[in-house]
Amino acid sequence: MTEREIIAEFVDVHRHYTMGDNIVRALNGVSMQVARGDYLTIMGRSGSGKSTMLNLLGCLDRPTSGEYRVGNRDVSRLSDDALSDVRGREIGFIFQSFNLIPQLTVLENLEVPLFYQNRVGAESRKKAEYLADRVGLGQRLEHKPLELSGGQQQRVAIARALMNDPLFLLADEATGNLDSNTEAEILDLFDDLRSDGVTIVMVTHNPAVAERADRTLWLKDGEVEKLIENTRQTATVAAGDAAGEQA
Amino acid sequence: MIQGSWRIVRLGLKSLMLHKLRSSLTTAGILFGVASVIAMLAVGEGAKIEALERFRDMGVTNLIARSKKPAESLSNSQQSAWMPIGYGLQFEEADLIAASLPDATVIRIREIKKNMQRGENFRSSIVVGTEADFLEVANMRVREGRWLSNVDNERLANVCVLGATLSRLLFPLENPMGQTILVGDDDRYRVVGVLAEQGRTAGAGSTPYDECMFIPINTSNRRFGVILTNRSGGSFSRERVELHEVKVKMPDSTTVPAGAKILRDLVERQHKDKNDVLVTVPLELLKQEEESKRMFNIVLAVIASISLLVGGIGIMNVMLATVTERTREIGIRRALGAKRKHIIQQFLVESGVLSALGGVVGVALGIVLPFLITIWFDQKTIILPHHVGLAFGISAAVGVVFGIYPAWRAANMDPVDALRHE
Ligand SMILES: Nc1ncnc2c1ncn2[C@@H]1O[C@H](COP(=O)(O)OP(=O)(O)O)[C@@H](O)[C@H]1O
Ligand SMILES: [Mg+2]
Repeated sequence: MTEREIIAEFVDVHRHYTMGDNIVRALNGVSMQVARGDYLTIMGRSGSGKSTMLNLLGCLDRPTSGEYRVGNRDVSRLSDDALSDVRGREIGFIFQSFNLIPQLTVLENLEVPLFYQNRVGAESRKKAEYLADRVGLGQRLEHKPLELSGGQQQRVAIARALMNDPLFLLADEATGNLDSNTEAEILDLFDDLRSDGVTIVMVTHNPAVAERADRTLWLKDGEVEKLIENTRQTATVAAGDAAGEQA
Repeated sequence: MIQGSWRIVRLGLKSLMLHKLRSSLTTAGILFGVASVIAMLAVGEGAKIEALERFRDMGVTNLIARSKKPAESLSNSQQSAWMPIGYGLQFEEADLIAASLPDATVIRIREIKKNMQRGENFRSSIVVGTEADFLEVANMRVREGRWLSNVDNERLANVCVLGATLSRLLFPLENPMGQTILVGDDDRYRVVGVLAEQGRTAGAGSTPYDECMFIPINTSNRRFGVILTNRSGGSFSRERVELHEVKVKMPDSTTVPAGAKILRDLVERQHKDKNDVLVTVPLELLKQEEESKRMFNIVLAVIASISLLVGGIGIMNVMLATVTERTREIGIRRALGAKRKHIIQQFLVESGVLSALGGVVGVALGIVLPFLITIWFDQKTIILPHHVGLAFGISAAVGVVFGIYPAWRAANMDPVDALRHE
């Protein structure tokens, strides 16, 4: 575990919100690391700082103090444009409410991340077809999101998150809007991705989801309460690791 | 790059298609703005060309001094019908004008109303006494035969040239050339030429030259004298008029203002008090027309700006609503790597496309409208391609300009807040 490359790292990260005279310490000195191939879940009570942490991990927000490194680069003080670049190149987002763009087809939705890097063309189309196939939606490229079921929409969203070959996936309650059967299918898909070496960081309320991960980080009042290694998954971690190095 | 631009435009169209009715209603302002700009410009252009043609007929390098009966003499005429009222330009003045404007061509005109008869055909019209240079100064052409010559004038020849309409009326079946016409009770004139149809509404006063007979001015003096008797209905009046009109053709339009001043000074010396000679300078009238056209253009530009402004505000309103509705989409795009400039671009293109769609339909309407105006109001209209281009360009520009603020709002949303937006 220790030899694996660190691809995301918090060093004493604070995120404080000023509300009039009050200061809300949404994150209050969090340090943690994400290694390549990790499957990490973040848990904690409502208001413990999970969303704040995910926004920072996703470069949608900047820490009040502390350092956030993506790859080997400190991104905690970057400009808005530079953060957009980091999001576009290094991060894949998956949201609870899928967040597909309704007026675009599945194919066009998949191409959005590459569009902002001027990489739309024959190649992006091929990649979109491959990934749609990978998530089991190869025949739906010309459909509009609202013509798909929730589970199918989330599959599209997962494919979209993979379009830019991100360093890691960030998922916020990715199965929160799905029924339990569909949830299981999506979690299976995450397991597949993980065994292909994809790094996943996921916020969840569901302990059953957390059980599938390698580790669970518990937040409490903006601080790390505990970090639990999920021993039951160790064998799979090794396997995923090997696959990750091949990729 | 090109492919990317097309993609953004297509995306704009798709987003606008989400609200077809709203988008169409929004473009109505721009549509009518553009259509009215094109139509008004076409009407303005048509009116301008019409005016231009009218003054060109009078001759833009010409100066015209015309005798007119002084107003107060009307009452005098009642008490002394036998005392001729003398007014207007005199032969000596014409010589003075010619001497003062050595580079100009000066011609003298006498206009006398007479009965003309050829066989069974009868007509009352104006006999214009004039000279050889008249044809050039009045910008007319001979259709058949020849024009009056200096020799005709020297010899006091009894020859005439007919206007096209008069020729048709007096000689409906025969060739008029070489035939004689009875003028008044006992004067006979041999036809030596017929003029080409000119088609203007004024000439000898309110009588078009097409309806006039032209004879040498010296012949006119000798035959008719300077005392003219008018009988109309029961009333009877006598006037003493030497010349009815003097036309001056300046060498070119740059010499017109100086020539006009000299002519006015000469005329004023004799006629200031009597106010019996009117000097007309077609070039000045043309300039006045252009000046009033300029005012018309300003009014037009103001109306057009207002309608486009209203259209632009409509677009801004809708774009602000769109941005609010699509806050979530903006958040998603930002999360997927869009920079602020990409968001700005997207919404600017969308408002530009919205406005340009209105512009396209407006152009179509604006091209049809002038035809209808021509048919219904008998008003000449001219559509210039660059006016259409201008109107369309403005419509697209309005969309972009009024899209700036909504696009800026969209781009400056906090991505986290945007993603949380329901
Ligand atoms: N934009 C904000 N402004 C002020 N306070 C905020 C903001 N976002 C989050 N907070 C506060 O920070 C704390 C952590 O919130 P959050 O990260 O959303 O927790 P979680 O996702 O674990 O429920 C909460 O007390 C919340 O009220
Ligand atoms: Mg939350």
